[in-house]
This record gives sequence, C-alpha cells and structure tokens, in this order.
Amino acid sequence: MVPISYYLILSGILFACGVTGFLIKRNIISIFMSIELMLNGVNLSFVAFAAQWHALSGQIFVFFVMVVAAAEAAVGLAIIISVYRTRETLNVDQVDLLKL
Amino acid sequence: MVHLILFLVFGAVCVAGAVNLLAQRHPINSALSLVVVMGSLAVEYLLLGAEFVAAVQVIVYAGAVMVLFVFVIMLLNAGVEERTKGSRVALLFGVPGMLIGSVLIGWVLIERTGNPMVPAGALPGAPKVIGWLLFHDFLLPFEVTSILVLIAIMGAVVLASHPDTEQKEKEG
Amino acid sequence: MSIGIFIIVSLIKTVLALFVLLTAVAYTVWLERKVVGHMQNRWGPTRVGPFGLLQPLADGVKFLFKEDLTPPHVYKPLYIAAPMIAVAFALTSIAVIPIGNWVTIGSLRIPLQITDVNIGLLIILGVTSLGVYGVALAGWSSNSKYSLLGGLRASAQMISYEVSLGLSLVGVLMLAGSFSLRDIVDAQAGTFWGFIPRWNIFYGGQFFAFFIYLMAAYAETNRIPFDLPEAETELVAGYHTEYSSMKFAMFFMAEYANMITVAAVASLLFLGGWHGPVFGPPLIRALLPVFWFVLRIFVFLFIYIWVRGTLPRFRYDQLMTFGWKFLLPLAIANLVITGLVVAIRS
Repeated sequence: MVPISYYLILSGILFACGVTGFLIKRNIISIFMSIELMLNGVNLSFVAFAAQWHALSGQIFVFFVMVVAAAEAAVGLAIIISVYRTRETLNVDQVDLLKL
Repeated sequence: MVHLILFLVFGAVCVAGAVNLLAQRHPINSALSLVVVMGSLAVEYLLLGAEFVAAVQVIVYAGAVMVLFVFVIMLLNAGVEERTKGSRVALLFGVPGMLIGSVLIGWVLIERTGNPMVPAGALPGAPKVIGWLLFHDFLLPFEVTSILVLIAIMGAVVLASHPDTEQKEKEG
Repeated sequence: MSIGIFIIVSLIKTVLALFVLLTAVAYTVWLERKVVGHMQNRWGPTRVGPFGLLQPLADGVKFLFKEDLTPPHVYKPLYIAAPMIAVAFALTSIAVIPIGNWVTIGSLRIPLQITDVNIGLLIILGVTSLGVYGVALAGWSSNSKYSLLGGLRASAQMISYEVSLGLSLVGVLMLAGSFSLRDIVDAQAGTFWGFIPRWNIFYGGQFFAFFIYLMAAYAETNRIPFDLPEAETELVAGYHTEYSSMKFAMFFMAEYANMITVAAVASLLFLGGWHGPVFGPPLIRALLPVFWFVLRIFVFLFIYIWVRGTLPRFRYDQLMTFGWKFLLPLAIANLVITGLVVAIRS
C-alpha cells in the first residue's frame, strides 16, 4: 500500500529533470532525450491517476502519448541528421544563423 | 510493505538515471541512462497493475525509440559536449529554478489531490480489456494516430535521404 | 503455497534452468560443428572424448585461458558492458518458457515454468527488442570501422525483422485469446480427424505464419542466410572484431541462447508445445512432455544448422528488401486473414 502522491512526486521529479536537461544541455540529441524524459514523467502520472480513479482510459492515453513520442522521435532525429549535414555541428549554440 | 520497498528501490533507480542523464557529458551515456529510466518506469507501471502498458513501454520505448537514439548518436559520431558561456548561464539559473519549480509542483500535488493509498496492482490493465477499450471507445484516436505514424514515416524518410541520391534518381 | 516456499522453488527452478540452458548452448555448438562437418563430407570434432563430446569443455577451457586483450582505443565502459548486456538479455527469456505440464512433488503442485505471467509472449518480444543494444554498443564502443559498420548493419537488420517477427505471432494470439504461453499451448491440446494433432501449424492454419516466423527468427539471431554483419569474409568479423577470449565467448553464448529461445517459442506456439503421447507410471507421465518438448527444440536446432550448411548469405540490400518489402506485407496479410476467419467463426 503506497500513497498515490509518491507516484506523483516521482513523476514530478522526472518532469523537472527533463526540463532542467532541456535548459542546460547544448547537444541537440541530449535536448531531445530530455524531451523524452518529460514525456515519460507525464506517462507515469497518467497511469497513477488511472489507478486512483479506477479509469482505464488513463492507461489508454499512455498508448497515444507513446505513439506520438515515437513519431516525434523519428521525425526529430531525421531533422537532427539534416541539421548535422548542413551545419556540421551538433552544438545548439552554433546553429544560430538562418543562412550559413 | 513489499510494495513500498519495490517502489522505493525502482523509484531511486529512476531518479538516479534521470540525474545521470543530466550529469553525463557524452550523449551515449545519457541515452543509456534514459534506457535505465524507462526500464524502471516499466516496473513502476507493473506495480500499479498496468501490465500491458509496462510491456509496451519496454518493447516500443526502450526497445525501439531508444535504439533509434543510439543509432543516430553512433551515425553522427556525437562527441563530448563542450561548456559554452550559454550553458554556464543556464546551469546557474536553470538548476535552482527547476529545483524551486519541482518543490512547488510536489507541494501542489500533495496538498490538492486526495492522497489515497493504492494497493499493488491497483488497476489490472489486462490486454483483453485494453484492447476492447482501444477498439471501441477510442477507435477514432487510434485511427488518427495510425495516420500520424504514416506521415511521420514519410517525413523521416524524405528528411533523412541523401540530397545527392535524390539528384541521381531524377537524372537516371 | 506460502511466499517462502514459492521463493525457494522459484530459485531452484531458475538455477536449474540456467544450468540446463548453458549446457544446451555448449552442446549446440558441438552439434553444429558435427552436423556441418558431416554435410561438408568431413568428420567434425572427434578427438576430445568419444564422438568429440568433450569438445565444448575444451573450448571453454581455451576461452578462459586465452589472453583477454582490451585494445587501447576502445571506449572501455561500454566495451566491457556490451557482451554482458547481450548475454543477460539472451538468458532472460527462459524465465517465461514452460517446458511441461504441472508436476506434483509431495504436497506442492509446481508448474514447469519459472513464472507464468499473463503477458509472457510480450516479455519475450521485449527481451528480443532489448537484445539489439548488446550488438549496437559492441559495434560502436570498439572504435574501429569494421566493428561500427558491422554493428550498424546488425542492429538495423535486427530491428527490421522484429516487426515481422511480432506480426507473425499475432495470428497465434488471436486463435488462443491470451498472451500467456501456457494458455497458448493448452489451446493446442487434442486431435482432429482422429489422429492429426491440433497444432497451430495445421489446425490453426498458421502455416505461412510459421515460415514467416522462422525467417524473421533467422534474421533476428544473425544466422545464415542473414549473417552478413558477422561474416568473416565480409567485414572481418563485424561487431565482435575487437573482442577476444571470454567476451567473445559471451557473444557466442548469447547467439546460441537466442537460437534456443527462438526454437522454444516456435515449438510452443506452432507445434503444440509439449503435447505428445503420454503413458506409463506417474514419474514417466511427468517427464514425457518435457521429452517431447526437447525433441521439438532439437528438430528446430537441426533445421537451423542444416540451413547454415546449405544456403549462401544474402547481400545487405537484398536482406533489407526481403525484410521490409516481402516479409512484412506477408505477415500483415496473414494477420488480416486470420482475423477475418476468427471473427467469422465466433
């Protein structure tokens, strides 16, 4: 028997770590991974609330979040590959001009 | 009791993985810490009874999406991150800011929600029940996400293809 | 039974299963060398013990005593971790594979399976997905061009064929109505037309799904005809070029353990698991299903080795075309047809 707030605190910590990673990282791929961490934190809170209110639609919504995250990862990584090909760098601070 | 111990152990592994993702400077180490986070999250889902979601988390997220990340890191030969002026400023303001923000979120979550206790395996999400819901009540979002995935596949293939081979295919 | 007895029984089952699996891996290597040797008109190992039966022991000693060289240019943490990851995930799937019926020892009724979870098949698919990390990280951390290319090719191949692997199993799932492996085998009990067993490959109509599964499994385990990533004539040795002695032995063990897992899953899902004629006193009655199961796994391993001795290997683009443009549409068509039949029947 665990209070549901423990799960929500864990989800909050993961989300906060994700946002911190988004702010402090300079590598595009690491920033993208922080976004995935945020999505995982949100998934945990969905499942926790589904358990609290006995509503299975919380678990169903996790599927949709996962599918959207997978699609976003695919397209985002393709964009990262394009950026690397044109700018030759993965550092966000150096991708600051619209035209080379 | 066992539930609490399992939750704390895998919660600690989760948080350690998340902090390690922030602390590591090479993206491959961050990617592997994220895989650890996803694996321990799958155990947390199992503790809440969501068995199908846990299995899908391992198969899709840890087994496919993160493999894609590792692939791209290997292909682009991403190296160790450098510390620039912008990243130092972000570290100085971002980390305390997020610490305050997360304490705020935690306080709101504890005060405002009812804080009931849930037993282990609180809401059994058997595949049969999830399948029924997915194909009856949530059929429209299901079909829309399948179209979304199709568009993502086409977009990714077009974005990642070599511009030279496109030229050669047009000429040849 | 109480939680204490359950833990002790599970521990004993785990230790036994791991011991048997590792011995089976060693003797699968012996079987392969013997069979491929005879197919190539030569004896296999014959000198160490009768029929070369102690050859795996000699190989083990050789691997232990070889110099464990770590090249200076590798990325050490992942270089050391990658074979461990590969072996760990290869050995994990044995946890949900049932090898026989329930057994009654004294007052305990024990299933011949380490755990019977409701989502057993999904766990096997998940562990297969995670096994890609061992290969990809080995290729990258070795910091050499042959390893990187071999690692990239092997992991791309594995994730491409995972899709067809999973889809070919969905037909079986629709027929059985459950993800639990024990339920899927129990749904194949009995016979029809008097003597033909009600296996999924005949009665369930999963004939094509069986062959799709077999081909996808050959590609997943990186075996001929899909073993370009580790072929000696193509990429030196692919992703395990820079590995020596015990680490290389671990990759080897992981590959053969994956083969055995694939053979076990195929015999559970398509060939009726442990069903076979059962007769005699209670002790024989308990052991005979295990014998039938092991016989089926042996048949699959023999087919694996037979194909290895016979076919040439695919070129990489032929391999990827085959996986995406041929196997995947076939698997989806099988799924649709099986779904239609199940829906019309019920």
